[in-house]
Amino acid sequence: MAKSALLKSSIVKKYWMALTGLFLCLFLAGHLAGNLQLIFGTSLQFNEYALFMTTNPAVKLLSYLTYISIIFHAIDGIMLTIQNKKARPVGYAKTDGSSSSFASRNMAVLGTIILVFIATHMVNFWAKMHFDKNMPLMVKEIEVQGNKQKFYVGTQVGQFFPVEQVAKEGEKPDPVTMLPKQFVIKNKTELHYSQADVKAADLYKDLHKLTVDFFKDPKFGLAFTIFYVFSMGALGFHLWHGFQSAFQSLGVNSSKITPVIKFVGKAFAVIVPLLFAIIPIFLHLKK
Amino acid sequence: MSAAKNINITLKIWRQKNAKAKGSMETYKLDNVSTASSFLEMLDQLNEQLINEKKEPVAFDHDCREGICGMCSLYINGRAHGPDSGITTCQLHMRMFNDGDTIYIEPWRSKAFPVVKDLVVDRSAFDRIQQAGGFVSVNTSGNTIDANSIPVPKDDADKAFMAAACIGCGACVATCKNGSAMLFVGAKVSQYALLPQGKVEATQRVLNMVRQMDEEGFGNCTNTGACEIECPKGISLENIARMNREYLKASLK
Repeated sequence: MAKSALLKSSIVKKYWMALTGLFLCLFLAGHLAGNLQLIFGTSLQFNEYALFMTTNPAVKLLSYLTYISIIFHAIDGIMLTIQNKKARPVGYAKTDGSSSSFASRNMAVLGTIILVFIATHMVNFWAKMHFDKNMPLMVKEIEVQGNKQKFYVGTQVGQFFPVEQVAKEGEKPDPVTMLPKQFVIKNKTELHYSQADVKAADLYKDLHKLTVDFFKDPKFGLAFTIFYVFSMGALGFHLWHGFQSAFQSLGVNSSKITPVIKFVGKAFAVIVPLLFAIIPIFLHLKK
Repeated sequence: MSAAKNINITLKIWRQKNAKAKGSMETYKLDNVSTASSFLEMLDQLNEQLINEKKEPVAFDHDCREGICGMCSLYINGRAHGPDSGITTCQLHMRMFNDGDTIYIEPWRSKAFPVVKDLVVDRSAFDRIQQAGGFVSVNTSGNTIDANSIPVPKDDADKAFMAAACIGCGACVATCKNGSAMLFVGAKVSQYALLPQGKVEATQRVLNMVRQMDEEGFGNCTNTGACEIECPKGISLENIARMNREYLKASLK
């Protein structure tokens, strides 16, 4: 096969679209499993999971594959759409859409909505988790001898550090006692002894709190929730056509297997976006 | 079926003087059209009326008028070959319409099918795709083997025959939102790929036909399935999938 055919041939474009699309379906399933911990897990479980996802090297590799797939899927889709528009320079005065599904005719529009959603989603969560200096650290309230006290949570089991013992970086010693606090936070998540400059523990970033606060935001929480649910609707329609379409593009079509693929595809297109959408609604309404 | 009656209709027809001219939709009133007449007979009736009025008749493609030659076309009320399934325009009858209806008639719309005049489009792009590989090279010098002497599994023979039913009318391109020709090419690739005689040249065939298809300016298939619904010969999407498989196989060789 000529090198240029990798991108140029109409059929090879279909293969790329299908392969990246199916990979992204796997990603969706994995992402959903993680998100569901916001409903069914504790905040510690969720933050443990978030730490694992941001530090594990295998996950890192998968995440790069995902970014590449999203970018390639989008660029290939845009190229296809432009070419397909050019293939009919003069349109029809009257059209009848009854011979194809709404989803199949609007994959580019649905894909654009999803792409915008992904961009906002990464700004709101991914970028904050990775780069935000003010990303909150996990604080747990525990009752000690009848009094409620706040503790930072270390990543090793059983590590709790009283919040009032922890200084922010550059914080001056107490003006009365002239004694510095016992701990100081460095490099966003590292807890150091303030005197010896030795690391005492790694702390959890509180992605759980960030997420809950995001959807419970008194001003914008409702708007964020509605946009999220709307985007999941677009995703559902996109998958409704896309899932089974990917198999057709890869040449998998027979009277035996195709009904199964179509059924699984439609089930996936309904269940996955629905479960995704339930989470922000649940968080928004939660007391 | 109820007895034939006469209906009065309004026609909105694409008129374009020649390939270069800018066309437009024109409106015509046609009275006393028998519901027993075919759609093309209705257009004949319109043309008689236009000729009597000393106007230019509407140019449209037709030949056998028996639904088998693939010559007639027409995008009628937003559908290729009009509001009935499994037929070409010549097999469409006026009993599908009601008194007072407005009927839109447009040519196939595709960059690869330029309008020649009015409703006539140039479908020679299909011929060039066929010439690129839609054949079996056979020595015809007198020692040709009888085709039936090569055993073919019944299932394959049936599938090949169903693919070969394609008459190359171009309805698939016309109805596809992307102006894609993949149902046509898929059928032509399949009809040979399924048979032992065609397997010999299968690799080059699919590569050449797809390359020619892309060069002609047809769009890319996005599996909407509209072609399969509008195809007068019921060519199935399975043929596109088979072409995709054949192309993958050929590309990896």
